[in-house]
Amino acid sequence: MLASLSVVLLLAGAAFFLGGSVGMLRFPDVYTRLHALTKADNLGLGLVVLGLMLQAESLAAVGKLFVIWLLLLAASATASQLVASWAQENGFAPWRG
Amino acid sequence: MAWLTGLPLAVDLVLGATLLWLAWRALSSPDLFQAVALFIAFGVILGLVWARLDAIDIALAEIPLGAGVTGALLLAALSQLQPAEVDARAAPSATEANEHQAGQPGQTAETADADEAQHKPAVFRALLAAVMGLLLFAALFSLGLVTWQLWEPSSGLTQQVNTHLPESGVEHPVTAVLLNFRGYDTLLEIAVLLLALIGVWSLATASNLGDTTPEPVLAALSRLLAPLMILVAAYLVWVGAHAPGGAFQAGSVLGAAGVLLRLSGWRLPAGAAGWPLRLVLALGVAVFAFIGLAVIGLGEPLLGYPTAWAKHAILVIELAATLSIGAILASLFIGGRP
Repeated sequence: MLASLSVVLLLAGAAFFLGGSVGMLRFPDVYTRLHALTKADNLGLGLVVLGLMLQAESLAAVGKLFVIWLLLLAASATASQLVASWAQENGFAPWRG
Repeated sequence: MAWLTGLPLAVDLVLGATLLWLAWRALSSPDLFQAVALFIAFGVILGLVWARLDAIDIALAEIPLGAGVTGALLLAALSQLQPAEVDARAAPSATEANEHQAGQPGQTAETADADEAQHKPAVFRALLAAVMGLLLFAALFSLGLVTWQLWEPSSGLTQQVNTHLPESGVEHPVTAVLLNFRGYDTLLEIAVLLLALIGVWSLATASNLGDTTPEPVLAALSRLLAPLMILVAAYLVWVGAHAPGGAFQAGSVLGAAGVLLRLSGWRLPAGAAGWPLRLVLALGVAVFAFIGLAVIGLGEPLLGYPTAWAKHAILVIELAATLSIGAILASLFIGGRP
């Protein structure tokens, strides 16, 4: 039961990563690409981490996985904000239709 | 779930193929920034390959040092190169465009002849490239074949290290080799890092150590991450006694913290950039060499710590080396004498 739930979560995470990668390659401008990328990072890794937590051997491992996710949230949010503000300062116009 | 047994092999094959592809793209990319980005990705994948080979120590060194610090150094070097490179790139493309415009309107017989003349070397070059490629492939293939046939579990020095492990003062064989059995190598490695920094410092002075306004978002992230990175570094030194970890891994995390702080706009206080910085930079080599020499007074060979206090000697050396390696890597990134 726990194992199948874990597999479902891992597959859902993988689907988010796939979607994020496709979005990063196919979306029209830097802002929409960032959007796709950070969704994959945040939700995809969150689901993968949840799936792995269910299989972790100890509470300490669960905690470490959770901290990894939190660190990635902070890093990904900061990086995307930096890239977006740089793009805006350098006159990259957002895509409109 | 029989099909799951093939999964590790599939992961390994994907990792190996990705590694080769990234290496090729990094080497063949005409855009330097792209090449550096690909090189960083290459380092991360290489770290994963080491982890798959059960060489966690090397993976822990490869990812922060090979991908992180080297990547940051390459990007810093690139930012120094940028204006010159842009000029060089703009010039030939402009002349090419002119030639194109001149060539387009009248395709006379003369230009056709010139094309023909240029065509021959092109065919010759392609042929040469094909022959070279075949030769290279043959050489690599036979090398791979030989390696494959040598692929028998050979014990190497594992047996020897394991029998002497109790005398080393630590329980992790890699740390025992690096800090005790082959301490000489590690001492010289730290000395080489210090020498590299002295080389950089003698070539340039750091240009902008003055105040800049820290980027607010980056400043917030660095406030969160820098203490965590120091904690991780301390953990890596401590855990090195019985599990993968150690001075170089911990030092690279400290160095990365320094790079992050520098990039976020924090500056070393003017008072700390003088002799305190130089003291920390030299600490690793000095402590390592001092302990290595001091044991001679106790009737031991150079760097041969007595078993009774080998653990403490290694811990002191590793702590000093970690601080020095971190400071040296961060100073290399700043790139000039403060």
